[in-house]
Amino acid sequence: MMFKPSHHVLVGLEIGTAKICAVVGQLTPQGDLNIVGVGQRPSRGVRKGEVVDQKLAHEDIRLALHEAERMANLEIRSVFLGVTGAHLRGFNNRGRHHLPYGVSAITEADVRDTVRNARAFKLPAGHELVHLIRQHFLVDGQPGVADPLGMPASQLELDVHIVHGLQSRLQLPVDLVEKLQLEVEEVVFNGLASSLAVLSPQEKQLGALVIDLGAGATEYVVYSEGIIKHTGVLAVGGDHVTNDLAYGLKVPLRLAEELKLTHGDALLTPEARGRVLTLPSENGLDARTLNLEHLRRVMSLRLEETFQIIAEELESTRLLEYLRAGVVLCGGGSRVPNIERLARRVFGLPVSFGRTKTINSLPASLDQPEFATGIGLVRFGSFQVLKPRRRSGLASRLVRKIGGIFQPAS
Amino acid sequence: MNPEAAPSPNLPPAAGPRLKIIGVGGAGVRALEHLARAGFAEAPLAAVHTDARLLAQTPLATTLLLGQRLTRGLKAGDPEVGRAIAEGEIERLSELCADADLVVVVVGLGGSTGSGVAPVLAQAARETGALVLSLATLPFALEGRRRARQAAVAHRQLRTASDATILLPNEKIAALLAENASLPEALDKVNEVLALGIRGLCRLISHDGLIKVDFADLCEVVRGRQAESFLAAAEAAGEGRGPAVLRALLESPFLDHGAALARAESVLVSIASGPGLSLKEIGRFMEELNRHCADHVQMVMGAEVDPDLGDRLLVTLIGTLPPPPEETPSAPSGKRSLELEAWDLDPAETDSPETSAPGASRRAREFTAPPPRLSPDQAAALLEQRGGKKRKRRRKGVDQGQGLLPLEVVAKGRFERSEPTRHRGEDLDTPTYIRRGIRLN
Repeated sequence: MMFKPSHHVLVGLEIGTAKICAVVGQLTPQGDLNIVGVGQRPSRGVRKGEVVDQKLAHEDIRLALHEAERMANLEIRSVFLGVTGAHLRGFNNRGRHHLPYGVSAITEADVRDTVRNARAFKLPAGHELVHLIRQHFLVDGQPGVADPLGMPASQLELDVHIVHGLQSRLQLPVDLVEKLQLEVEEVVFNGLASSLAVLSPQEKQLGALVIDLGAGATEYVVYSEGIIKHTGVLAVGGDHVTNDLAYGLKVPLRLAEELKLTHGDALLTPEARGRVLTLPSENGLDARTLNLEHLRRVMSLRLEETFQIIAEELESTRLLEYLRAGVVLCGGGSRVPNIERLARRVFGLPVSFGRTKTINSLPASLDQPEFATGIGLVRFGSFQVLKPRRRSGLASRLVRKIGGIFQPAS
Repeated sequence: MNPEAAPSPNLPPAAGPRLKIIGVGGAGVRALEHLARAGFAEAPLAAVHTDARLLAQTPLATTLLLGQRLTRGLKAGDPEVGRAIAEGEIERLSELCADADLVVVVVGLGGSTGSGVAPVLAQAARETGALVLSLATLPFALEGRRRARQAAVAHRQLRTASDATILLPNEKIAALLAENASLPEALDKVNEVLALGIRGLCRLISHDGLIKVDFADLCEVVRGRQAESFLAAAEAAGEGRGPAVLRALLESPFLDHGAALARAESVLVSIASGPGLSLKEIGRFMEELNRHCADHVQMVMGAEVDPDLGDRLLVTLIGTLPPPPEETPSAPSGKRSLELEAWDLDPAETDSPETSAPGASRRAREFTAPPPRLSPDQAAALLEQRGGKKRKRRRKGVDQGQGLLPLEVVAKGRFERSEPTRHRGEDLDTPTYIRRGIRLN
């Protein structure tokens, strides 16, 4: 297409551990976002949020995108790619700039210098920047300034949150997508995407912790005063619950998954004590019985531990006290019965389920916790389009693209 | 086990091992007071606290008030503060445990002084060359999650700092109480259980037995393991006292109703009774006990005839549990405590100090001889060096070659071939219930 489309088409692609999901959104010229298509496939080549079998993953991505294209009735050319995995890390950095002439009005050059100073950090070897998120400016030590231009000051500081990950691992899904002759617009941290989908501006302002309980990994993002304070990934998810059950109850993984879905619970409630499940006999063998109490105990211990690890980490950064909107759960794991009660117990905060409330027109069938990341990726994309200026890094992406053009020939 | 084994080299042949019992923090001091009131005189008791008022009232002979400058004799308020205070006055703590071979640290974890000071004290005591046993209680669940978390952190640090840590969770003690027990009764019970443990321990190493369990045996069971231990004692009298004692032991909440016994790596059994104690009875009892232990257990048994006991049979069990897989200790004060952990008296070659976690390597040293005995001058000289890079290097040099054997084979199932998820030294791919040692059935 040579002419500018009236609607921006934005596609979010999540290469998850349980499913691969492509969400197609359209941004109207008025700035409204509509979801027009979704494609998803069970994922076979991904463990703990990272691709381990490229062939299978490639196939699944292709099918998911194809399904999304058919539903949305358009051609996908570029995607916002969600990434996760234990290698991703987040930290905060502060850049400082002293105004050259004592107290004077802050100019654009000062802001530029401050931003440059905030970017002056060193990532571990082999790591690459995923996100650099502006938090707020500090004018002479006074925090919470969004736009310092023109303010009289002698010193300007900027806090940023940085998400980074291993370059080799980040490149792998990008390569897979590019093999399908698609462009990757941006690589986005899944946790960030989910939080964009489920949090309202009020919740961001009040302070909220979003936990995306995925199959392979659990991502969490903390907002306070409207800015991102903390991000993290724990490579523990629903698959771990299944694996624990398979091991603890001595059943095959497939059956463990089924038991988790049908009889799972995040709490060991008294009525489960001593109860026994009878499994229908297979291929003529005797019917098996399982202790429901064991099932619940194994499951509840794992989920509790997952929350505890997150709580400990946030405790060490003293962020738990700032979460006045409480904890927001999303991802497939938030379907586990009583998970909100468990979370309330561990965090001691109000707990709610994330609804994708930031999208104007959303088919009811899409308002599911599993789609939070995919929809969030589209939301992220819409911000990029609405933002007047492109982020830097475009050059490197261009180089990559050009390289991609020449690769098949060589 | 050869009962006639020569005592370990750091003991002078004539005198028995010198024991020192130190109560830290409110709960620890109160437990020792309870012990003192009951007429315990087998070992010197000492109290360490940051609260001047409490120390002024205590009947204990030796007291050490910490952090006078910082808290003006009030409580520490926060475990970090407690720890900082203790680290600032570490010389005084070392002095307190100077001439002792066995230091028993009694502490109630969860508060500020106990949680902060006890790990530092244990470390200081170990540096003077003493064997350190810690006896710790965990707070009641009703005391809130903050205390429980502080206690958990302190417990990890204490376990790293001591040769063996015996944990007596208050919740488990509560299980021994009647439904409508009053608060003083409950607290008395806690003190009583602690006292029972201390007495059993003293009896174990200071009395002469028929089949002697001595300090060397205790060293062998606990030295250098940083393991979690259990301690349980029971007594019964009259006909069928053997089975009755065993039943009581197995029902004891401190043995997790027998489950801890099955997991134990080594168990030290001390049997005491009046003159009527027969070999056959001991044999039957041990046979029954062995049946509840794992096959590979290292069992050390001692028997003693004490005419005062009459026909009562008194059995004390001390066992060590296998350490949780590769747990690295959390060190809130960073470098300083890493150095403390790296501290050891083993001479070794110089090597790069940067590698390997300090907590991990020690576990393998199960059968190390006790460290050489130091004269006060030497100890002072060595203490002087603390913080110097040289020593740290020597110690780490040993760590390098030491790999960890997989202690248990756990099916990681579908995560077999993926990169393990590690968090503070734990492999999160292993089912939680296994790591927490919870049994299903």
